[in-house]
Amino acid sequence: MAKYLAKRIFYIILTLFIVTTATFFLMKFMPGTPLTNQAKLTPGQIHQIYKQYGLDKPLWQQYLVYLGGVVHGNFGTSFQFSNQPVSYLIGSRMGPSLTIGGEAMVVGVLAGLVVGAIGAIKANTWVDTTATIISILGVSIPSFVLAVLLQYYLGLKLRWFPIADWGGFMYTVLPTLALAASPLAETARFMRTQMVDVLSSDYIELAKAKGMGKVGIIYHHALRNSLIPVVTIVGPLAVGIMTGSMVVENIFSIPGIGEQFVKSVLTNDYPTIMGLTIVYCAMLCVVLLITDIVYGIIDPRIRINK
Amino acid sequence: MENANDILEVRNLKINFKTYAGTVKAIRDISFDLRKGETLAIVGESGSGKSVTTRSIMGLNAENAVIDGGTIMYKDQDLLKKTRKQMDQIRGRDIAEIFQDPMTSLDPTMKIGKQIAEPLIIHKGMKREKAYAQALEMMKLVGIDNAKERINDYPHQFSGGMRQRIVIAIALVNYPEILIADEPTTALDVTIQAQILDLMKELQAKTNTSIIFITHDLGVVAGMADRVAVMYAGKIVEYGTVDEIFYNPKHPYTWGLLNSMPTMDTSGTELPSIPGTPPDLLDPPKGDAFAARNQYALEIDTKQQPPFFKVSDTHYAATWLLDPRAPKVTPPDPIIERQKHYAQLTHEAIDKSRGKHIEEQEEQL
Repeated sequence: MAKYLAKRIFYIILTLFIVTTATFFLMKFMPGTPLTNQAKLTPGQIHQIYKQYGLDKPLWQQYLVYLGGVVHGNFGTSFQFSNQPVSYLIGSRMGPSLTIGGEAMVVGVLAGLVVGAIGAIKANTWVDTTATIISILGVSIPSFVLAVLLQYYLGLKLRWFPIADWGGFMYTVLPTLALAASPLAETARFMRTQMVDVLSSDYIELAKAKGMGKVGIIYHHALRNSLIPVVTIVGPLAVGIMTGSMVVENIFSIPGIGEQFVKSVLTNDYPTIMGLTIVYCAMLCVVLLITDIVYGIIDPRIRINK
Repeated sequence: MENANDILEVRNLKINFKTYAGTVKAIRDISFDLRKGETLAIVGESGSGKSVTTRSIMGLNAENAVIDGGTIMYKDQDLLKKTRKQMDQIRGRDIAEIFQDPMTSLDPTMKIGKQIAEPLIIHKGMKREKAYAQALEMMKLVGIDNAKERINDYPHQFSGGMRQRIVIAIALVNYPEILIADEPTTALDVTIQAQILDLMKELQAKTNTSIIFITHDLGVVAGMADRVAVMYAGKIVEYGTVDEIFYNPKHPYTWGLLNSMPTMDTSGTELPSIPGTPPDLLDPPKGDAFAARNQYALEIDTKQQPPFFKVSDTHYAATWLLDPRAPKVTPPDPIIERQKHYAQLTHEAIDKSRGKHIEEQEEQL
């Protein structure tokens, strides 16, 4: 296991290096400059600013300087956000994003598993149809539409939850629900399909032949075997939540990282773009690593080191 | 129970399947008994209703199966009248089943020890430790080496033959009175087949379990069964002791089955087969379902289903050829050979109608 982990971590670092490199050069090809009021500045001023931030050097030198900084944990200073260090910027704004993203994943995946399992157990009945409709709606309604609907009905009309802003658990409920719809739908869909398959398999037949009751069969034999393909989609879903949360964060005025990412791209805030890319990429790699480990826990056939 | 020696009595069982195309009459009025401690083989080609029969006994038929009549009596209770919950108490305790494919009939994500212990926990309410101890004994009994180390292994760590041993252990862990083996060796290669069959015979001798053995492999039947029932198109067409079916078959379908089984004496280039395909059970033929494929078919075969004619106290066959009014036909040569062998075996004068013919042949030899 330790050997496997070491290997995986090496690959994560390699991935990060490639992503960093690719992003760095792609970013430099973007039109525009980091300067907001370029027209009002003299060439001398521009040159001075460029020199201050090291932007006057050849590209490869800038790249090496940046890479050297990253290796030492220095992500540079933001151009736009009051010259704060990028690491501080990300650190202070990551919290809310991770909170609603994490909550949405947990709520969505768990609810999806339940909806999918019930659909499979009651396959081809009205219960199953309802479950299918829920997952179709979840996939097809964009999170921002759902966000507005939730704000209007649960926030404005019923006044159960605050409409926007950030300040405690109650504020996280609506954005979490808005974001949870898509993982719920995807998980339910995969769970249902797989469980219908599992329920018609020979080992379920054998469990019935043992005299095991319906509940026992589902709990002891069907659930675990149905989870295997579901785990596969949790990784991509987490990515979807990470990148998809920007709009939702905006709608609910959450001081998250998504908004900053968009702003930094629009204003050519190179250090912030780079920093966020690396953080997102690292998060994705970790999610995928966890997925693979969970795989092994669920399915002994793909367990590592045995 | 009509007979004190019987453990299971199936009477006039009829099972239909509702499908989009119509009602498939899968089991069309079959009756048979299972005696205590015996092995009854049910043979027939795919789709003849062998598995549906055993599934009905287990109460495990698909949801679109409709019981159209009949009874399955086990210990003076009709299994067809039991609820799912009542059947749960019988399944795995009194009646157990071994499935065809050991590669898919074990839960891939559960340790085999737990899978073997489950019937004990379900039916006897045993604590984990005790159930596992008994599961371990069972593993040793079915011949799994290093049982103690292997009890925490998963199914994928075993070979096909070993997995079938585990399935047998699961089935026998509660010492059921009836064991249904639904083609238990079909998915295994021939040498492993022999081992599994030997194991089943050995365990049957130890536990005195009655076995219903489903197969389409007559070679397996010869070594395993005490009695044989031949099924065709949802009906039993002939039944008798294993010697009677193998050496004195009366039904042309049984002749066809035996002829298409290679033996040590088989020579030539082509193995005989029964021409044609089984009838469509959506709309079963009016008379004998085998008539269309039967070169010995009589006119009445297409009009009226033959009743069972008695050959001996244990041997019955449903073919109009046994009717006193039927013309005498000569069975295929290999069947005559078999009947001769039967005559030697039993030292009895066999059925007069064929006897003459065989005597003539013996004189010639």
